[in-house]
Amino acid sequence: MIPAAGAAGECTGGDCLPVHFYSSSRNTVTSVVGYVRKTRGRVLNYSENMQEFFQKDAGVRIYLHIPFCVRKCLYCDFLSMPQGEETRERYVNALLCEIMHQGDCPPGTPVETIFFGGGTPSILEERQLDAILDALHERFCVPRDAEISLEMNPGTADSEKLRAMREMGINRLSIGVQAMHDGELKLLGRIHTVEEAREAFQLARKAGFENINIDLMSALPGQTFRDWSDTLAEAVGWGPEHISAYSLIIEPGTPFSAMYESGDLPPVPEEETDRQMYRFTGEYLAGKGYRQYEISNYAKPGRACRHNTGYWTGQEYLGFGIGAASCAGGMRFSNTRDLQEYVRAMAIPDILAVRTDLHRLTEREKMEEFMFLGLRMTAGVSRTAFASRFGKQIEDVYGEVLQKQIRQGVIIPTEDGVRLTQRGVDVSNYVLADYLL
Amino acid sequence: MIFTGIYENHIMKKEITQDKIRNFCIVAHIDHGKSTLADRMIEKTGLLTSREMQDQVLDNMDLERERGITIKSQAVRLVYTARDGEEYIFNLIDTPGHVDFNYEVSRSLAACDGAILVVDATQGIQAQTLANVYLALEHDLDVFPVINKIDLPSAEPEKVREEIEDVIGLDASEAPLISAKQGLGVEDVLEAVITNIPAPDGNADAPLKALIFDSLYDSYKGVIVFCRLRDGRLRRGMKVKMMATGAGAEVVEVGYFGPGQFIPCDELSAGMVGYFTASIKNIRDARVGDTVTESARPCEEALPGYKGAQPMVYCGLYPSETPRYPDLRDALEKLQLNDASLFFEPETSLALGFGFRCGFLGLLHMEVILERLEREYDLDLISTAPGVVYKVYKTDGTMMELTNPSNLPEPTAIDRMEEPIVNAEIMVTTEFIGPIMQLCQERRGRYISTDYIETTRAVLKYELPLNEIIYDFFDALKSRSRGYASFDYELKGYEESKLVKMDILVNKEPVDALSFIVHADGAYERGRKMCEKLKDEIPRQLFDVPIQAAVGGRVIARETVRQMRKDVLAKCYGGDISRKKKLLEKQKEGKKRMQTVGSVEIPKEAFMNVLKLDTQ
Repeated sequence: MIPAAGAAGECTGGDCLPVHFYSSSRNTVTSVVGYVRKTRGRVLNYSENMQEFFQKDAGVRIYLHIPFCVRKCLYCDFLSMPQGEETRERYVNALLCEIMHQGDCPPGTPVETIFFGGGTPSILEERQLDAILDALHERFCVPRDAEISLEMNPGTADSEKLRAMREMGINRLSIGVQAMHDGELKLLGRIHTVEEAREAFQLARKAGFENINIDLMSALPGQTFRDWSDTLAEAVGWGPEHISAYSLIIEPGTPFSAMYESGDLPPVPEEETDRQMYRFTGEYLAGKGYRQYEISNYAKPGRACRHNTGYWTGQEYLGFGIGAASCAGGMRFSNTRDLQEYVRAMAIPDILAVRTDLHRLTEREKMEEFMFLGLRMTAGVSRTAFASRFGKQIEDVYGEVLQKQIRQGVIIPTEDGVRLTQRGVDVSNYVLADYLL
Repeated sequence: MIFTGIYENHIMKKEITQDKIRNFCIVAHIDHGKSTLADRMIEKTGLLTSREMQDQVLDNMDLERERGITIKSQAVRLVYTARDGEEYIFNLIDTPGHVDFNYEVSRSLAACDGAILVVDATQGIQAQTLANVYLALEHDLDVFPVINKIDLPSAEPEKVREEIEDVIGLDASEAPLISAKQGLGVEDVLEAVITNIPAPDGNADAPLKALIFDSLYDSYKGVIVFCRLRDGRLRRGMKVKMMATGAGAEVVEVGYFGPGQFIPCDELSAGMVGYFTASIKNIRDARVGDTVTESARPCEEALPGYKGAQPMVYCGLYPSETPRYPDLRDALEKLQLNDASLFFEPETSLALGFGFRCGFLGLLHMEVILERLEREYDLDLISTAPGVVYKVYKTDGTMMELTNPSNLPEPTAIDRMEEPIVNAEIMVTTEFIGPIMQLCQERRGRYISTDYIETTRAVLKYELPLNEIIYDFFDALKSRSRGYASFDYELKGYEESKLVKMDILVNKEPVDALSFIVHADGAYERGRKMCEKLKDEIPRQLFDVPIQAAVGGRVIARETVRQMRKDVLAKCYGGDISRKKKLLEKQKEGKKRMQTVGSVEIPKEAFMNVLKLDTQ
């Protein structure tokens, strides 16, 4: 949607701003040269919205996507691929460009959390990580108590790199251990053994990491209930601060999916077993001092991941790198998933050229997200928070759904709102779909 | 409809004399090549060049062409220059071949003086060959046979010739051997029409007496009345009257039928077939079978006409979105304008809301109407399982015709019930007699006779309850005879029967739209199969859903749809909320295709699919 051209170039007062227009039909952003009078209605004013985002009191949450790995795991459908050093270097440079040319950000904007996700961010060299963090420090104000997380594959760790990472300010590691049996790791196509993962964990401790998460996967093909309980016991024995336990989903398009279809995988556990594993996880970890705070996340007191919690509680965030999603200034957008395109655009640099699916969230969408994200949290959603954010009661919007779902036993009232029941978690897709208006 | 435009070229300048007119139709078993022959005859008479010919020009509804069947009868006028050099007017009336549309065949026959019987040289006489011949003979038509598809390697024209003589008793010694597909022998057929079909009788100077054999609604011209003139003349400006309804009108246009279009002319006279318009807004004022006469000079008595179409099969039709109820009503009204045999009246279902109880000639008719509603009117429909009309004699001495099982009175108020019975003729090669007899037995058939047509083929005669054959009987017949059996039936009448209403309870709640009437002896079996079928149709819900079949409050079968155990997105990746939302939206779409009955979500197709209980 492009406004009448006649309006361009007539800046007469203080209400004029450089404006970028988003065409939903072409899914592109048009940078308009010159100045355009502020337009009411359906025009999306990217710059203005971003200013709004940065002027908020809350610190900025930053996600950085590192789309590289040593080898793609068989079950993985994330945006990640093995790439040569040269490509990685070019990508990091482009990423630095994006950080440095992120406009509209007043100097000294505080940062709340930084999260290096992937892929395998730990594949980057120390100097590359250092450069990225330097750029962030230059552009933003990163306080001491900011949570800075990095996802690490145990096969990419060495003590020197770990120490360097700790020194450059990374204070939380998320280690992709995934399984505690070598057979399972092999089946998943992981590049490491259980022993190597244990070593990586110990090296991280030695390097000074006091806040470590371990990623685990349940419901693996051929996995028995016993295999899973052993896995949990082993993980707890290492003493991490945080455990993420995901039940495996065989995603279409992955090698795993093809193997599953052709019968080349051992049978996946029955749904009943899968749910038993899930229930056991919660109970067992609770007994070991890990409190569940989200569908798949468990943490020792005070160790819940601040960055991820932000997603589920509707905090805004800014994503850098290919495929990275952002929610800022009332808008949602994602960067292009095409690495070449991204690198080309950053050479100019034209930040807006990589933005896709850019749209301003309507009040309705905000309510939907508030519900379907908030309900993933064990604490559920708060009636007070809903009312203060949207200026109306939760019952006015979702009365019927809430009543029905309470009757169905998939949600339960809390002191100030509702949360999913155990049963509700089991069928959460089915339950959460009801909150789309 | 594409009846527009003027077609001047072929209007004959010469005065048409009655003895140069032939009014006839073509009858045949389905797929024996009737429509193809009609096409070739049109082509040969030069009304259209080969280049202009579309396959099956008479079938002008998209649906007809797609399904390869003729639904609504169509008429066309051909000008044929015979071998003797004389010019003849042929009024060819195409008829549907499927058993459902017997009624349409009947009204077409009423406009004719003779019929061409097409028999497939590879298949010989089939059930509908017989049915259609008998129908034609009932209308006093002269019938002459034509043996088609002689180009096929498996053709046995001489054998078929004998069969026609032995089984039907028609002289087939002169029957043209043709291949309509290749255009072979079509001229012989045209010549045979002149010699074998009588010219119409009737007096052009007598008072107007014309039979309405079809009509069509056109939004510009109003009702277009198709008629056959017995006596008198019909011209523009004439004031006419419909003798049964008493409706009067002034004729605006008269004309005849070009291929796919109406061709206006000055006058129609005795013996001719054509149409007129008279700004008639309501199709009910020009009822098929009624007699048209001149207001100023009426004829003494009306033509006998023929019996109106009785819907044989009923089902409930509901819009899947309640607000579209008025759209459904409008669509049904529009369809009814051109299809007098379609019946509908409003009804309400606890499970499905507001809708209509609709009556059809048969299952194919129902399918065609459903498809047209969805395709031409963009409606998303839920249809309930089809049923027949039962007669319920109540203890208070009254009788009700039951078209919706939900309306069955309390058992104590019922004295007895009757169901429609049909005379069925099944033609089958002898090797399949056993399986077919078994099928008829399973369907409560009463065996009447077996007549051998030749050593390898026989006609099985059975009396069958209509409600046993309306749904999947035809499919079962085909599968048990490897496609070789053919089938035709006509209503015999009503007979007392031990009938009960089967209620289906989903999650302990009766679902009215799933109730049906069944014979008491077969109730247990049917109930069991219904439950099994529904178990497959209903997706897993948040809780166990019991499905029960009950007769008179007593549960006779039960199945359970086990609850959904797991449907969870474990990892909500990074900040990619949009992806998560897309997943939920997909889920929500799935829910939309469901009809919520009580607290259970039932897919819309399930209401129809439950009757597809394959017996083998």
